Amino acid sequence: MIQSVSDDSILITLGDHIDPTLTPRIAQVCSIIEATCTPWLVDIIPSYTTILVVYDPLQVDFRRAESTLSKLVRATTPFTSDDSPAPHAPKTHDIPVYYSDESGPDLQRIADMHNLRVQEVIDRHCGTTYQVYALGFMPGFGFLGSVDEQIATPRLETPRSRVPSGSVGIANQQTAIYPAVSPGGWNLIGRSPTRMFDPETLSLLKVGDRVTFHSVSRVEYLALGGEL
Amino acid sequence: MKLFRVLQPGPRTTIQDSGRQHYQRHGLAQGGAADRFAFLSCNKLLDNDLNDACLEMTLGGLSMEALANVSIAIAGADCQATINGVSAPAWQSYALRAGDRLSFSTPGTGRHTYLAVKGGLRSAHKFDSQSVVVREQIAGLSALEEGDSLVGVSQQPTLARYFPEELIPAYDAPLTMGVVPGYQFERFSSTDRARFVTSTYQLSSQSDRMGYRLENGTLGTPPEGIVSEGIAFGAVQVPGDGNPVILLQDRQTIGGYPKLGSLCAVDCYRLAQARPGQSIGFRWIDISEAQSARVLFEERFRRSRWTSQGDLVWS
Repeated sequence: MIQSVSDDSILITLGDHIDPTLTPRIAQVCSIIEATCTPWLVDIIPSYTTILVVYDPLQVDFRRAESTLSKLVRATTPFTSDDSPAPHAPKTHDIPVYYSDESGPDLQRIADMHNLRVQEVIDRHCGTTYQVYALGFMPGFGFLGSVDEQIATPRLETPRSRVPSGSVGIANQQTAIYPAVSPGGWNLIGRSPTRMFDPETLSLLKVGDRVTFHSVSRVEYLALGGEL
Repeated sequence: MKLFRVLQPGPRTTIQDSGRQHYQRHGLAQGGAADRFAFLSCNKLLDNDLNDACLEMTLGGLSMEALANVSIAIAGADCQATINGVSAPAWQSYALRAGDRLSFSTPGTGRHTYLAVKGGLRSAHKFDSQSVVVREQIAGLSALEEGDSLVGVSQQPTLARYFPEELIPAYDAPLTMGVVPGYQFERFSSTDRARFVTSTYQLSSQSDRMGYRLENGTLGTPPEGIVSEGIAFGAVQVPGDGNPVILLQDRQTIGGYPKLGSLCAVDCYRLAQARPGQSIGFRWIDISEAQSARVLFEERFRRSRWTSQGDLVWS
């Protein structure tokens, strides 16, 4: 569905629920829009099931923008594994995490809540290949899914006023790395030294990329530039 | 060259231009001047490029010493500015000399005041813009602090200009803002849709450059939360307490609250000047009307010219 939602934006809806097979299609449609609509494209925000396209109303009115986008979306067939690789070439990022009580104040509580040992929580968090569904909340903050149901944990009732930079958190079936210090309500299980946002190279993660986590020791974490 | 030294920064003073484009996909906010009308007017008074970076003061309070001869213009909320103690009203340009002291008090009405310098301010240029979004904590992009210097280019003094009085908004007038229905409009009950355009809301004190929160007009039954999606400029979001929030320049890029529609851009610029407690109502407008208003707004600034008599030709 293609619908104007303001005087300079159109929401393209490609599904009605979170679905891992939808993300490659969203990434594909985004790259086609970026390649085709350059003169009047102002911004593009992909998310779980939608793409918000922001355009310059001084260059194109809503009728032409809507019809151009409709044609583009119709011309792209849903992505299947038989197709040639998508033009944006999703990357896989392997992110080191120092899982511990000192770097992840909610690690023990998650283990207790789910009747698991701490090591089992870590193994389950590292045992999944995640997909980047969306970016937002703050620069470089990627929403990754889906977390193993055995460790999925609802947000804190009272968010923390200060979550340290690099913290790795879980909120229901999502996990994420905080790129900078921020208030936040996710359950913190560890910290990563990986820089998620750089003003020059921008966000490390893109929608459609894949992410894996591996456990590192305190010494390795500090050697990689992590701070405690 | 250094044009000013900041003696007192005021509650919140930042450098702003028209904001960023093409960076929301990285989670960066749009940013940019909150009241685009006052921002463009300020540049117009100096015949600057319309996108030149200005200071945006929120609730005044700024005090600076000029370090060079510099032409400035002031527009937006009138803070009873003074130059060496002599009154300097808003919506005019002024020529300052090195050593002059420029001070702003708290505005009686309105929220944001813009200060332009001839040729524009020079500052950290990131994401193809000089706009500062304080909450992002990007190095080099922070609010003004005591002792900071403001940098620009040396310019010949310009003629004193006055913005036409009939174009200056009265910021304390009651507001009726145009909303384009969209997003999850159909998911709100017909009662709530009717209630939205017949209620009078008050602006909450919990309003900032991210969003303006409204009070006293609770919508009965907001629908369930939705899957997070990109948020348009001006989106009218309705969280669980039923009080609408209008999302503005520094909004986060995605969110999952249901939305009734979006305020048209030109009304967002005007809303930015509202103060807590001010009455605000809404009316539905169609997208053609919203786009025409926006195109007219931009074209007027692009086309307007100063005559040799110092009048602004505004068609």
